[in-house]
Amino acid sequence: MSFLIGEKMTGGYGGADILTGCTIAVDRGEIAVIVGPNGAGKSTAMKAVFGMLRLREGQVRLDGQDITALTPQDRVKAGMGFVPQTSNVFVSLTVEENLEMGAFIRDDDFSATMAQVYDLFPVLKEKRRQPAGELSGGQRQQVAVGRALMTHPKVLMLDEPTAGVSPIVMDELFDKILDIAATGIAILMVEQNARQALNIADRGYVLVQGSNRYTDTGAALLADPDVRRSFLGG
Amino acid sequence: MIRVDDLHLHFGGIRAVDGASIEIAKGSITGLIGPNGAGKSTLFNVIAGHYKPTSGRVWLDGEEITGLSPHELFHKGLLRTFQIAHEFSTLTVRENLMMVPADQPGEVLWDAWFRGGAVRAREAEVRRRADEVIDFLEIGHVAEERAGNLSGGQKKLLELGRTMMVDAKIVFLDEVGAGVNRTLLNTIGDAILRLNKERGYTFCMVEHDMDFIGRLCDPVIVMAEGKVLTEGTPEEVLKNEAVIEAYLGRGLKDRPARAGAGA
Repeated sequence: MSFLIGEKMTGGYGGADILTGCTIAVDRGEIAVIVGPNGAGKSTAMKAVFGMLRLREGQVRLDGQDITALTPQDRVKAGMGFVPQTSNVFVSLTVEENLEMGAFIRDDDFSATMAQVYDLFPVLKEKRRQPAGELSGGQRQQVAVGRALMTHPKVLMLDEPTAGVSPIVMDELFDKILDIAATGIAILMVEQNARQALNIADRGYVLVQGSNRYTDTGAALLADPDVRRSFLGG
Repeated sequence: MIRVDDLHLHFGGIRAVDGASIEIAKGSITGLIGPNGAGKSTLFNVIAGHYKPTSGRVWLDGEEITGLSPHELFHKGLLRTFQIAHEFSTLTVRENLMMVPADQPGEVLWDAWFRGGAVRAREAEVRRRADEVIDFLEIGHVAEERAGNLSGGQKKLLELGRTMMVDAKIVFLDEVGAGVNRTLLNTIGDAILRLNKERGYTFCMVEHDMDFIGRLCDPVIVMAEGKVLTEGTPEEVLKNEAVIEAYLGRGLKDRPARAGAGA
């Protein structure tokens, strides 16, 4: 059984269901990547797993526990970290203040965690007194990931972490994501730079119209001609 | 077609654009690449009239357009899309498209009352054009959806669609591909080539997907730290050591292939 699983999820934002029986799972230390056409429900599936969307059917379980009824705040306390696609940093706060906000729910001393984040992203240490809004796109994404890591999550969820970042920064981010996974954290991410993301993925999910179309290892999906043609741009 | 002469834009102490000079030839699809924070979007913002430059000048077809407002530039056929989509979130996708053409007779109360025929004819024409754009971008299934409910990638398509509602001379695309599925991005690439060949649109695009840039753009201008680093064909630029160092990188290094492990 997987460490984190959203099973047979069905639901939407009030109108028609966006997710129709979709299942997404990831284990500790693993990287799972969700790809698919625009509007397939990839971000919605992430939101459902994180509790930002009420499911009509289906279940979300973390480490064997049913968390379907928990609020996003309680899921953070249960060990989940989430980096949304846009508006994922406090632009007027400094880098360090952003990280402190990430530790908002912690009562203990989080200075060691902050030091770890600075180790992982040295550029953030350099810019720690600078407002996050003044950073470049790639650096902002690092702030957002760092912020999510401040709670010591067991699961890190990333919605298109490399959208709008340069190739060199994309490689760096993927490299850091591999480092994070190597520490035993489960990584679940949505990506449109699908080829590069599937390259580092243990599992890949291709979603179409709210349900699972293909599920396999990243390598197998990359090798599948149908998947390549329809979803990876050939 | 566009000439930018020694452009500077300083925000306080930050030199976002620091002496950039570029030329965009009529009928070209010019790529603009560079690291995050190189000043690419800021350069777009100055050309498209959102910011006044600290110094330097911008020309469109020999006419100086420095400091003109975005709507004045729109009437001259200069359009742009935004990196972060600017949709009217409570209007539908079709309504968003139909908002774009200017000077519709229905905008004037007098015409709306007394020239109903003209208003209806123009609206039908605008609607037809919107339908064409919707077909082209394959977003028919969300045409009546409020734009605020679209996914991130669908909003980017709507951004592109808005530029197709009028006859533009030059369109600036700011990361139209970010967050767009790669298969659909190929379709958008085809659309850009067709608009370029069949309707004579000139394009200038900021983009990070090098396959996309390589397929569409010639020349490619590389910016870094507010200046132009180099310019050339995609092949020349991809081989340039300074560009590899500052922007492209060399891919994931020293990592064993991971795919296939686990699962």
